Amino acid sequence: MAKRKAKASRVRSESSSKAAKNSTQVMTYDDGEDELLEGDDDDAVISASEEDEGGSDDERKHRKLLEAISALGGKKRRKLAERSEASVQVSEFAVSAEGAGEKISLSDLLGAMDQTPSAVKSTKKQLQNLESCKDTLELPLSRQETEKIQRKVAFEKTSKDVSQWESIVKQNQRAEQLVFPLNQEPSGPKPVEHVVVGWKPRTPLEMEVFSLLHKNMQPINDPLLTPMEEASLKAMSLEEAKIRRAELQKIRALQSYYEAKAKRERKIKSKKYHKVLKKGKRKELLKEFEEMRNKDPAAALEELKKMELARMEERMSLKHQNSGKWAKSKAIMAKYDDEARKAMQQQLEMNKELTQKLALPPESEEEQEPEETEVVPDFANDAQAAADPANPWMMGKLSAEPAEKDCGGDDKESAVENTQNEEEREPEGDEEEENEEDVLLREFDEKRKSRRPDDDALAPPFQVDKEETEGEKKEEPVCVSSEDEHEGEVVSEFKSLFQKLLANGHESTVNKGTGQDAKESDAEEPALLDEGLSRVRSLEDVDELLGQGLVREHAEDVAEVKEKIPTTAEETKNERTDKRKKKKILDLNDVLTRDAKVISVPLAPTAIGEEEVAERGGFFRSFVGLRGDEGNGEGDQRMLVQEAFAGDDVVADFLKDKKKRVEAGKPKVVDLTLPGWGEWGGVGLKPSRYKRRRFRIKVAPPPPRKDRNLPNVIISDARESSVAMHQVSQLPFSFEKPEQFECSIRTPTGHTWNTQRTVQKLTAPKVVTQLGSIIEPITRDSLDKSKAQTRGKKAPDIVLASAGAEGQGPRKGRRKAGKNDARNLHNSRRRAIKRTK
Amino acid sequence: MKVKVLCRNPDDYVRETTRDIQRVPRNYDPTLHPFEVPREYTRAMNATKLERVFAKPFVAALDGHRDAVNCMAKHPTSLSTLLSGSCDGEVKVWNLPTKKCVRTLQAHEGFVRGMCARFCGTSFFTVGDDKTIKQWKMEAPGYGEEEEPLNMILGRTELLASCASDRSIILYDMREATPLQKVIMNMRSNTLCWNPMEAYIFTCANEDYHLYTYDMRQLSMPIVMHSDHVSAVLDVDYSPTGKEFVSASFDKTIRIFPEKKSHSREVYHTKRMQHVICVKWSLDNKYIVTGSDEMNIRLWKANASEKLGLSAEVKALHQLEPKLTTREKQAQNYSQKLKQKFQHHPQIRRITRHRHLPREIYSQRKELHVMKEARRRKELNVRKHSKPGSIPYVSEKKKHVVAVVD
Repeated sequence: MAKRKAKASRVRSESSSKAAKNSTQVMTYDDGEDELLEGDDDDAVISASEEDEGGSDDERKHRKLLEAISALGGKKRRKLAERSEASVQVSEFAVSAEGAGEKISLSDLLGAMDQTPSAVKSTKKQLQNLESCKDTLELPLSRQETEKIQRKVAFEKTSKDVSQWESIVKQNQRAEQLVFPLNQEPSGPKPVEHVVVGWKPRTPLEMEVFSLLHKNMQPINDPLLTPMEEASLKAMSLEEAKIRRAELQKIRALQSYYEAKAKRERKIKSKKYHKVLKKGKRKELLKEFEEMRNKDPAAALEELKKMELARMEERMSLKHQNSGKWAKSKAIMAKYDDEARKAMQQQLEMNKELTQKLALPPESEEEQEPEETEVVPDFANDAQAAADPANPWMMGKLSAEPAEKDCGGDDKESAVENTQNEEEREPEGDEEEENEEDVLLREFDEKRKSRRPDDDALAPPFQVDKEETEGEKKEEPVCVSSEDEHEGEVVSEFKSLFQKLLANGHESTVNKGTGQDAKESDAEEPALLDEGLSRVRSLEDVDELLGQGLVREHAEDVAEVKEKIPTTAEETKNERTDKRKKKKILDLNDVLTRDAKVISVPLAPTAIGEEEVAERGGFFRSFVGLRGDEGNGEGDQRMLVQEAFAGDDVVADFLKDKKKRVEAGKPKVVDLTLPGWGEWGGVGLKPSRYKRRRFRIKVAPPPPRKDRNLPNVIISDARESSVAMHQVSQLPFSFEKPEQFECSIRTPTGHTWNTQRTVQKLTAPKVVTQLGSIIEPITRDSLDKSKAQTRGKKAPDIVLASAGAEGQGPRKGRRKAGKNDARNLHNSRRRAIKRTK
Repeated sequence: MKVKVLCRNPDDYVRETTRDIQRVPRNYDPTLHPFEVPREYTRAMNATKLERVFAKPFVAALDGHRDAVNCMAKHPTSLSTLLSGSCDGEVKVWNLPTKKCVRTLQAHEGFVRGMCARFCGTSFFTVGDDKTIKQWKMEAPGYGEEEEPLNMILGRTELLASCASDRSIILYDMREATPLQKVIMNMRSNTLCWNPMEAYIFTCANEDYHLYTYDMRQLSMPIVMHSDHVSAVLDVDYSPTGKEFVSASFDKTIRIFPEKKSHSREVYHTKRMQHVICVKWSLDNKYIVTGSDEMNIRLWKANASEKLGLSAEVKALHQLEPKLTTREKQAQNYSQKLKQKFQHHPQIRRITRHRHLPREIYSQRKELHVMKEARRRKELNVRKHSKPGSIPYVSEKKKHVVAVVD
């Protein structure tokens, strides 16, 4: 024991650096063994001491001892982790290292599985399959290929990512006006509400004030309204309230008026009056009922029920049965008094009337019947149609049939003759589309007419043909000789200029028809610039440029036409469809001619002519003489003019001129006879009659002149180059019809014709940039924003809700005003409160 | 006694400010204002004439470089600052309104190949022939070094594209490890510019006299082929609105193209301007800056005849408003609208389209036209004399793309 103690003390000394608590325990160790055993560290101590003695027997004993001790203490003891060398002999469960170098085949494992019957069948099967297949895994892809795939995937991903922008790009392209920089914040001071939102009370005073305000539900920010007030505002604006009040007032007034009227009527004692009134009422009721039966059968039925009820009541009651006091007295009187008898009869009649059974219900049934009959035949017809589709008379819905047929026919037509009849069909389309333009046109014309009614009276409208040959692009109508009025001429020039715009677009469409041409032309967008060697520095240069341009344009025109003809000729040779095309080319004239244009022109010459006539007759002088001094002065001037042009017979000249023109316009016989060709020739010998008939070509007479009935007018169909200069020769791209283009030109944009607001709207530029403000490239924020917007559009409920909260759509502005009013009211009320305080 | 008084709303006859003209009530009855179309036509004509007469796009020239200007960069936050790098490795920082050079650095040995400013404008990077990329502060110099390939153009924040000398354009995504796609063209593309407003569109300037606008997602064929130059196109830059771009060419001209048009709407040239190497469109969409072979930087108006307001000196002298007045603007808008409305009328078209070209370029253009025509005719003939269908129709745009490599 002493030895053990010594050992223990040594260990103690080793662990002497431990806490003071332990040291006290150490003291107790020395006193007795029992106490020592209870200490914390004794196990270690003991084991250490026993190891010294050695021997496995001792070990076992020791363990027993430990167990005994732990049982003694009754407490759970912490078990020590035992450490020992792993060896082959240690345990039977250890893995043996015998077959370490050998390969394990799948069959070895599976063999074990076969033995175990509990193994799952499916797994067994799987494993067997695995065993049977001998394939090796494929080699991984080469680096290049993997990278290629990676790149492809990455590209797809990126392009998808980038496509998100598409909507915003499209939106910007389509926008009426883009103001750069985009997403600009409005300049100027912000409203107080926006500024205040971010602000929070900090100082204790502020906190206190705010808490007070919160408690009393008082508003904090600028809209100085309590929630109650706001709610009331939302419920009804001031204006609405006013309107409502006015309505109510009116209703009340009406009510009192009717009440008074009713009272007055009730007080009328005249029986006749009441009788008439009642009769009238009843009649009206019947009439109403009749009407109702036609219009609203359901309501009529109800009315009928009411009537039935009234009848029943009548039958139940003794009214009108001549059994009352009055009736009895009348019955006595009836013998002697006619009137009394009449009255009694009336009573009985009334009773009859009222108790008569109404024969209406069957009528209503009748009404229902036709519906049923309608239903039945329809059904039957359908069945028949199915049975015999060939017989049109047996088919139901005859009324619907023709329309359908038409549609079908149209479709077929369009399918068959889609290409052939394009031109024929075009006018139809025109009519439809012209409708809108017609309205505009009519307005325009009306304006014109109202402007110059006198002129219209003087100059009946005349029509001008527009013919087109392949060489010349078009002929302009040139109106009327009028030497003195230059203005008039200018006007006519301009009018003809802008009213006639040619549809050469058709030609281009024809060309586009072939794939070849389309392909050829796809790369050849016309240049936007004419680049030349001349500089334009001043207005004179510009004018010179125009002079050059004119010549060049003409040349171009001719060249174009020349080009076009051979190409078309080629096509006719090459392709089968060209017959149609050729036809088209021939028809071009028809297509391009605008048959009727009405141009009214002030007729100066006629006026002069009249004057002259008047003068000849001596009217003029007398007319002058009649006038006063003023007239004399005028007359003098006229005399002067007359003297100056004494020799000129203007009217005669004009008529001569016209005659000349008419002569020139008449077709001449073309003589193609070659004397001596195929027969004898010489002096005095005429070509044979046959030849003359064969080779003298008579041109068909031109359409009658438009001015043939207008003695004082010359209408010329010849092309006027001075006007052509200003005219558009081809229908510009993006316009489909000449009318469209004309329409676009016709609407004026200037402030002379439009209000300022309209002008601003019409002339708003597409892109607005500011000098000196940096435009940053578009960022992801805008994309997100647009996405959010679209999401908002997708969920209309939210929008509606918010709209409801704000005020409904168009009335928003008004609402606002109402709000302001209310605010003013509120403020004034506050002021009033202050004053009272 | 009844007293009748005429009452008018003062808004109808009182002008807003004393500077405004007197208000005159107008009657818009169309019968009172006849001949609207002819009158507007005349106005349009006058407007076009004046436009051409006042088309004086050249604003200023900045000289100071001692070698050809090879590259330029815009300052992202300051409109008045411009950076330029020359072929002798010198970088200059310019103040545009005063037309003075603010700072000069010897950045590289050899060419300054490329430069760009940081997005915040605090520093800029330069790439030189000495195989270095240097970062400079805008104010005082200092740098770090790195190795990088030459001529890389920063585009979208994540997307990158580069033109390589093997005739290819390569797309990168910064988030991916590998490049996305590569398109090889007939000839080398010199530069490339992304459209700032349309994320997937870029335009590249090619050696074959044309520019090509691509959709990033469809590299097999350009959307538009822009042709008008008569020599290699060296640089291209988009306007910040993304509606137009400007190109600089070896033929000593710069041209402005609408984004989707295949021909230019404007050509600028001066006698002394040699091969234009670089071009930039100012960030407020009003000016164009070009750097050319003869060591000058030139400032042009983006819209040749636009009235931009008075110059700084005049403004200071008379203490006037710097911008156009509202009425001036309205008149401008109106004339613009008129020009657009009557643009198809031959006389007006003639005036608006006319541009002066130096004889050299003019004759070259003619020659090119002849060549093109000849090629077309030859193709036509070949097609005519071969088996039908054996020679396919290839669109002109497609002819210039050799291959797209994944």
